[in-house]
Amino acid sequence: MDCKLCDLAPSVRLFGRRLKETANLMVGLPDYENYVAHRAATHPDQPVMTREAFFRDRQARRYGAGGGGLRCC
Amino acid sequence: MSTIRAPGNSALSWLIWLVVALLGAVALGIVALSRDEPVNAVWVVTAAGCVYLVAYRFYSLFIATSVLRLDARRFTPAVRHNDGLDYVPTNKWVVFGHHFAAIAGAGPLVGPVLAAQMGYLPGTLWILVGVVFAGAVQDCIVLFISVRRDARSLGDMIRSEMGSVPGVIALIGVLMIMIILLAVLALIVVKALAGSPWGTFTVFATIPIAILMGIYGRFVRPGRVAEMSVIGFVLLMAGIIYGQTVAETPELAALFTYRGETLALILIGYGFVASVLPVWLLLAPRDYLSTFLKLGTVFALALGILVVAPDLRMPAISRFVDGTGPVFSGTLFPFLFITIACGAVSGFHALIASGTTPKLIENEQQVRFIGYGAMLMESFVAIMALIAASVIEPGAYFAMNSPAGVIGTTAAQAAQTISGWGFVITPDALTQIAHDVGETTILSRSGGAPTLAVGMAHILSGVIGGKALMAFWYHFAILFEALFILTTVDAGTRVARFMIQDLLGTMLPAMKRTESWAANVVATALAVSAWGYFLYQGVTDPLGGINTLWPLFGIANQMLAAIALTLCTVVLFRMKRQRYAWVTIAPTLWLAVCTLTAGWQKLFDANPAISFLSHARRFSAALADGRVLAPAKTLAEMQRVVINDYVDAALCAVFMAVVVSMLVYGLIGIARAFGNPSVTAKEVGGGLQTV
Repeated sequence: MDCKLCDLAPSVRLFGRRLKETANLMVGLPDYENYVAHRAATHPDQPVMTREAFFRDRQARRYGAGGGGLRCC
Repeated sequence: MSTIRAPGNSALSWLIWLVVALLGAVALGIVALSRDEPVNAVWVVTAAGCVYLVAYRFYSLFIATSVLRLDARRFTPAVRHNDGLDYVPTNKWVVFGHHFAAIAGAGPLVGPVLAAQMGYLPGTLWILVGVVFAGAVQDCIVLFISVRRDARSLGDMIRSEMGSVPGVIALIGVLMIMIILLAVLALIVVKALAGSPWGTFTVFATIPIAILMGIYGRFVRPGRVAEMSVIGFVLLMAGIIYGQTVAETPELAALFTYRGETLALILIGYGFVASVLPVWLLLAPRDYLSTFLKLGTVFALALGILVVAPDLRMPAISRFVDGTGPVFSGTLFPFLFITIACGAVSGFHALIASGTTPKLIENEQQVRFIGYGAMLMESFVAIMALIAASVIEPGAYFAMNSPAGVIGTTAAQAAQTISGWGFVITPDALTQIAHDVGETTILSRSGGAPTLAVGMAHILSGVIGGKALMAFWYHFAILFEALFILTTVDAGTRVARFMIQDLLGTMLPAMKRTESWAANVVATALAVSAWGYFLYQGVTDPLGGINTLWPLFGIANQMLAAIALTLCTVVLFRMKRQRYAWVTIAPTLWLAVCTLTAGWQKLFDANPAISFLSHARRFSAALADGRVLAPAKTLAEMQRVVINDYVDAALCAVFMAVVVSMLVYGLIGIARAFGNPSVTAKEVGGGLQTV
């Protein structure tokens, strides 16, 4: 019984993570950890935006020219 | 699941699908054929659910495997341009949520409510048939062609696949639909708030609440969206509760009681200020609130309908299919198909499906789930709105949605007129409903939002709070709609501004500079005055505005869908998949027939209630004799009515011209593709993943 609950824990955690990711993406905020990991993998020599700078950058992007702020009727 | 499975061969799988299909058929039969006893809403939900399941399992699979041949081995834009910012390969459920949040707006909540005047059956059938064969097909295929073209926008793709002239025509069409959309959405808010201090107070309160959230998310705890949203939500609920005190205290109520005209001017001014303010201060935080509130409410409503299982009081088919209805004028064909746009087929989605969503898809095969699936879910929102409008007493429905010019301004007059139509209701019942929801009157609150709010209050109070909380739920529903409409108005004004800058920039390069304050203010002022003009015209309209503007919006939205589906058809021909082109040709033709017939009647019908030109002629003739026709009170107002009619007629004519010219360019594109023996579709990223 206990073991079954233990087995569930990672999937519950993953579900929570996905839920948070979805909620953030709905308002135009991609996953910050993913961004950092991507930068580390592809441009390890270049600086990475802080979480705050990332937030501001994405916010400006969503409502800027050609951004994704467009929503349906 | 990385591959699309062929239809399961196991006997069990076929048995299950047989049961689903039979259940759907039985549910549809009950919904369509019951006459003497009221139908329970759960049957409508069951019918819709089974139709969606079968359509997704079979038709969308056919589109994915045979028509589009989705290929898991192709690199998607998200994979090829992965930057962790705009292009991010993302889990398909996460993309689904993002896409659904972007396509679900006020449209599917309003159209079905208006269409309920013809009974619940015509609307239900059109929503189901429309989404399966038109709406979801459009969303799915536009998403597909954008994914194969570096996630480019609809306008860009039309330019490259069909030519630069159709590209420009489509852009102008998109700008016009934006203007009409913003006007009609703003009008819905005005109609819901006029003379309602409780509603007005709570909606006004969202401004300081959003600013507080904005400051918190910018300086106190940067980027904490969840914290901001929780703070905002709590304050919002406090605002609704305090709103009751405001409404019950005469001195306070006087501060928040406005006529429609005043509210329209406030909204126009607000639209201007809000879209030049920094986004983090007002727009972004309100966007967070409205997005989460919207989804929460949609789920709550779905749960409420299943738990309460209300009966539909509206007849299946009402006498107003003949076109004499008070909510919108015109017969079932074509006007039902114009009135319910979003939820069945919405051209606007083509902009979303060629916007951010294609930049997030990690595997091309997910186009089916995200494009087709999310639209089915949006369609379900429309079904719920139709249910909410049909569970309230039909007499009350007509009292709320008929213009004052038809039913008068007192409960006694309204009850008498509406009972005369065969929807028996007493004046006391009308007053009682107004009292239950904490308003002084519910008469002529057209625009869909208040009706939906009464329906939702009816359903949700059945789950939590009973009659005591009915007024709270009503204002909660009004607030939820107003909140996301205002977010759309302000984000949409910004988008319209960029489009205007883009269009004017081709002639006047200085206008193109989006960082320039002068260009910014000029373009914003142009955008706001364009929708503001139609808003003000709608508010002062004798028929209540919605009657005039909603069909224009519907025509515009279906026009855009016809454009998008024409592009899809041309692309299928250029891919040499013309065998399957009927998948997009059929809905394109249907939409073209609907928009052109509706447009024609809006222009040339003999009935002044339908046609702008007949209406203008009637007023011009009276003007020539020096007579003043109601509701105009002076000759100058008469003059204005005539001018408005001509403006609306001109707009309608332009929409029709756009549809016709796009169809012609579509035919040219098809002929060219057909004459060329090789594939001419301009796809990018053909490189196969070596996985």
